[in-house]
Amino acid sequence: MQDFSHAFTLAFGLVLTADADLLEIIALSLQVSLTAVLAACVIGLPLGTLVAVGRFRGRAAVVILLNALMGLPPVVVGLLIYLLLSNAGPLGWLRLLYTPEAMIIAQTVLITPIIAALSREVIEQLHQEYAEQFRSLSVPRAAAAAALLWDARYSLLTVALAGFGRAVAEVGAVIIVGGNIDHLTRVMTTAIALETSKGDLALALALGIVLITIALSVNAAVMALRLTATRYAYA
Amino acid sequence: MFKPLTAMMTSLTLVGTLLAAPAFAADKSILLQSTTSTANSGLYDYILPIFTDKTGIRVNVVAVGTGQAIKNAQNGDGDVLLVHAKSAEEKFVAEGYGVARFDVMYNDFIIVGPPSDPAGIAGSSDAVAAMKKIAASNSLFASRGDNSGTHKKEKSLWKAASVDTTAVSGNWYRETGSGMGATLNAAVGMGAYALTDRGTWISFKNKGDYKIVVEGDDNLFNQYGVILVNPSKHSHVKKAEGQAFIDWVLGDEGQSAIASYKLNGQQLFFPNAKH
Repeated sequence: MQDFSHAFTLAFGLVLTADADLLEIIALSLQVSLTAVLAACVIGLPLGTLVAVGRFRGRAAVVILLNALMGLPPVVVGLLIYLLLSNAGPLGWLRLLYTPEAMIIAQTVLITPIIAALSREVIEQLHQEYAEQFRSLSVPRAAAAAALLWDARYSLLTVALAGFGRAVAEVGAVIIVGGNIDHLTRVMTTAIALETSKGDLALALALGIVLITIALSVNAAVMALRLTATRYAYA
Repeated sequence: MFKPLTAMMTSLTLVGTLLAAPAFAADKSILLQSTTSTANSGLYDYILPIFTDKTGIRVNVVAVGTGQAIKNAQNGDGDVLLVHAKSAEEKFVAEGYGVARFDVMYNDFIIVGPPSDPAGIAGSSDAVAAMKKIAASNSLFASRGDNSGTHKKEKSLWKAASVDTTAVSGNWYRETGSGMGATLNAAVGMGAYALTDRGTWISFKNKGDYKIVVEGDDNLFNQYGVILVNPSKHSHVKKAEGQAFIDWVLGDEGQSAIASYKLNGQQLFFPNAKH
């Protein structure tokens, strides 16, 4: 069990020395996952809002589908994106396989359903509160949607964080489409998988500690932003 | 009404832009589809910078099992293939996916096991007899189960020992379906025997109290081969750069680089390109 204490010592050492390789891996992890969250929000928030306020045939089916897709296995997403982006696949001409862009695409596919499904839930609840007011003021659909999105912004921030958590923690998709290539597509989770396969469990765990710390920092930063914003709004 | 939303999106975009690392170098590079055994042992970290310094060609390594590496190369997702399953490699070339196959280097497979040695095979140099004893004593055996080069070798040994592993899979025969390192982790964790290449074993850091129990059998020879992915099958294959790497690794410089890579004072791979 000395691996545990060794891992913490290693983790501190890695962070304190600002190991260049580690910083590169952390930067890529954040770049890939935050870009994926952004892309997933751009697609998922309007989609979730549309389903929340829209009344159309098959809406219940769409809701069930979105909720179910939250459980997409990363390895399946990775495989699908690999088959699409492979040179033998339909999108091979894009030459995106084994690039950070491919990893962003895979993570976007993985977390868009999470953003869409959770934002649908949030917006729909808020819409029930606002519906009567919207009707009495004859607010146009688009304006109502925008108002709902804005008023739900803090809850939606948590939704985005849920997506970020899933993206930054997954290994199944990025290892297939990124290939875990050193200095090119190696991120935190694939580095952890690699060190585990080398039997260097202490270093793998140390990287895990660093990853959790990063996730904590991102969450804390968002929380701080939210607190400042609310204080500012109600000051 | 859309203004707040736009503001939110803009700030998010800004965060994204700030985090975006500088564009990835678009200089000369090749993609090498290869095995976990060569990458995890640290061989590539040692020899590839020598090649890059000389030629300016970066080698990006995708390290997966031999089966997956060959499949990826068939799809054209790679310029050069360096794996260890001779018959599968020859099939790859015969089917037109590769230009030609060359021997690069070899090491050997070994069987590792717990100190308690339940099958009583420690010190043996007869792999087939040892595997018969493992089966006869129902001792745990952790298999790669992933169609990798090591897994193919293991299957051929079971066949030679006339043991039908499909009947006992999940019983004493445990297929991990993962890479060499993960399989060794599992073997050490459950007290099972495992077949591994020597390079991975020497560099493996979670050995616990495990020891090599079988080694030195001619049957355990492990040959690595290198193949240029066929540019006439996949037009984007970087033929010149890929061929430059193959010429280098088969030439005196590459061969002596392979020979001089040592870990804990032990040589991991033995060059044997034919000149």
